[in-house]
Amino acid sequence: MTDAISSLGAVGRPVSIHTDDAAKARLKGRYRTETWFKWLGAAAVALAGLFLVLLLSTIVTQAIPALRQNYVTLPIDLSAAKVDPAKLDEVNYDAIAQEALTAKFPDVTSRQDKRLLRGLISTGTGVFLRKDIAADPGMLGGTVDYAVPLDDFADLYLKGLLADVGSDEAISTSVTPSQTSGDIDLTFGDDAMQALARGHGATEGENGMLTLTSGASSLLVAFNGGTVKLTALSPAANGTVIAKGTVIEALDSTAPAASGQAFLRVIETPEASRKISDKMIVWLDTLNSAGLIESRFNSIFFFTGASREPELAGVWGAVVGSFLTMIVTLAIAFPIGVSAAIYLEEFAPRNRLTTMIEVNINNLAAVPSIVFGLLGLAVFLNFFGMPRSAPVVGGMVLALMTLPIIIIASRASLRAVPPSIREAALGIGASKVQTVFHHVLPLAMPGIMTGTILGMAHALGETAPLLMIGMVAFIVDIPGGFTDPATILPVQIFMWADFPEAGFQQKTSAAILILLVFLVIMNAIAVILRRRFERRW
Amino acid sequence: MNIMTEAGVEQKLSSATNAPLIKMKGEKVSVHYGEKRALFDVDLDVREHQVTALIGPSGCGKSTFLRCLNRMNDTIDIARVSGKITLDGEDVYDPKIDVVELRARVGMVFQKPNPFPKSIYENVAYGPRIHGLARSKAELDGIVESSLKKAGLFNEVKDRLLESGTGLSGGQQQRLCIARAIAVSPEVILMDEPCSALDPIATARVEELIDELRQNYTIVIVTHSMQQAARVSQRTAMFHLGYLVEEGATDKMFTNPDDKRTQDYITGRFG
Repeated sequence: MTDAISSLGAVGRPVSIHTDDAAKARLKGRYRTETWFKWLGAAAVALAGLFLVLLLSTIVTQAIPALRQNYVTLPIDLSAAKVDPAKLDEVNYDAIAQEALTAKFPDVTSRQDKRLLRGLISTGTGVFLRKDIAADPGMLGGTVDYAVPLDDFADLYLKGLLADVGSDEAISTSVTPSQTSGDIDLTFGDDAMQALARGHGATEGENGMLTLTSGASSLLVAFNGGTVKLTALSPAANGTVIAKGTVIEALDSTAPAASGQAFLRVIETPEASRKISDKMIVWLDTLNSAGLIESRFNSIFFFTGASREPELAGVWGAVVGSFLTMIVTLAIAFPIGVSAAIYLEEFAPRNRLTTMIEVNINNLAAVPSIVFGLLGLAVFLNFFGMPRSAPVVGGMVLALMTLPIIIIASRASLRAVPPSIREAALGIGASKVQTVFHHVLPLAMPGIMTGTILGMAHALGETAPLLMIGMVAFIVDIPGGFTDPATILPVQIFMWADFPEAGFQQKTSAAILILLVFLVIMNAIAVILRRRFERRW
Repeated sequence: MNIMTEAGVEQKLSSATNAPLIKMKGEKVSVHYGEKRALFDVDLDVREHQVTALIGPSGCGKSTFLRCLNRMNDTIDIARVSGKITLDGEDVYDPKIDVVELRARVGMVFQKPNPFPKSIYENVAYGPRIHGLARSKAELDGIVESSLKKAGLFNEVKDRLLESGTGLSGGQQQRLCIARAIAVSPEVILMDEPCSALDPIATARVEELIDELRQNYTIVIVTHSMQQAARVSQRTAMFHLGYLVEEGATDKMFTNPDDKRTQDYITGRFG
């Protein structure tokens, strides 16, 4: 910088103002900020993605068991002696199915055990059997192998959701039973069993006595074609152990089982803290190992209505209810919303009144949905006396809720149509209405449709307002029309989440999954519409 | 003034001599946009089968005046027009006048080509269709074809009439807009800087077209290009800050203007 004049800029600053060290530091600082911002943004997106994956994976893993249902195949006696073909409606089909099951377990004699055994199959068995016989009378007249849905507890156990069951392990010593049934003594060749019992929560008593209460894991010994549940163990002479046990399945003989011939099965979850007893587990395992139990696609869940029995509960009623409600919502909200948007955007004068209407529409979009429910209750049900729990009322309430969303979206997309299109039409003498309906509306339609679909998706997931108008009722029948009592998917989910039965947990997740699938489909349609009809001008 | 040496202008002078009828007349036209006054008592005549050019620096009110002629200012909520504008002696702001009919008689071509995002055919056919000018499909086809021919576009698009009008080049789009305007058989065509978005070649084509259209229509054109005004117009009106500075035959305006502001503007000393 020898020449003072040439090294100075126009306003007297040195020309190196953009190249000196201070400038480089400033530039570096700018890039640093940019990098920071980029990383922060990426981290935020990653976090959101992580939560989404977590949510979805939780729901999906919970829902998957509900997609299948276990059936047991039983030889059902439908001979004329049991079922009178002339009086099909008077037959107790449940009893016939239960007989077929108890016939599989001749050892079970006590009334209490028989009741337990009968509880393995669903209480809806008779209904299914009656329906299938009505559809195919050829089943009558003999014994048919018929797949009966299992009760929810049995089903959950087989899916591994009720109890923690270890695998069968061979016992490396001899086992000698005192009798073949009832409460018996078992003599084990060594004391390994004692250590095992201690490890599984047995209570120490006097003289080295170990008691396996219902608070400890269940130890089941299977040998000689039967199963014995151990209740207590005490040391005996020569290092042997004498155990007290209850026979769950009768043994063939009192012959001692050699080392490796008896098997120990540990059910880690104590009997007191699970919903299924040792006996039921043993019966189910027997049926399972006989190859009689089969896991099938859960058509009951997808194609039936609600039920208090988890294994009989389905979403179809709620899906139909949701569908009917959405039709009403769409039929009301779309035409009114689009008309209102067109009027406000294209025709209404800009004055205080329309400004107020605008502000209020925007505010309505932010009103809590339950308020719309209260309004529906007060106006539609109490004042107009419309039917309770009906899709028509639900649809009207949701339409009120969706209206502002549709109006706002429609106005935005009408505003996005370039004014040059309006001018072009007006310039060749099109009237206002012709301009709007021939040119502006077709161009705005993709945006309007997108907004409508998103509004509908919003309405589909809405629960609170429908609780207020009685759509939370327990409805078994699948609604056949707009005025039939019905419930909708989110409310069904809400109700199932509330039920105490363990079987409803999976149903809840599966129903959420179905709702999500519908929402994803609707959003995908919105995206496709936007892509497909997006115009450039 | 080298503009005057151009042959085209000389040629036009002869046709402007036998004083034509006044097609549109503005008397004391004032426009307010809200509180702001955009036009001050403009008196301006538009003569039949002539091209009247409105020139002046940006914001001088020339487009505002143009938009008064077919009441396009009605679409702006805050615009208020006073004074009197007549078309063949009828007041266009008379409540009895139907604005739709007025705009069919006074067509408009805009600064930016704005074809409808529809087919070329539909673009041209739309006007005749809404005004019921064609009784049959064949007649409509005829109107579309002749309009496109008059706009000098037919040969370029005759094989792709069903393709989108927005797919044409800028110059073609503007000629499509002109075809669309003349398809409804207007009496007057208003052009608001029709060439400002076009390249010189497309501009030359549109200018040629304007000269041809003059035989059948009365044209008012707003332009920022002195050369264009000199080339295409017979009469020129100079606007400045909302006032009509001067109006007269184009050759006189460009050679011997009365007002110093006109002189300064056309010689590029301000604007």
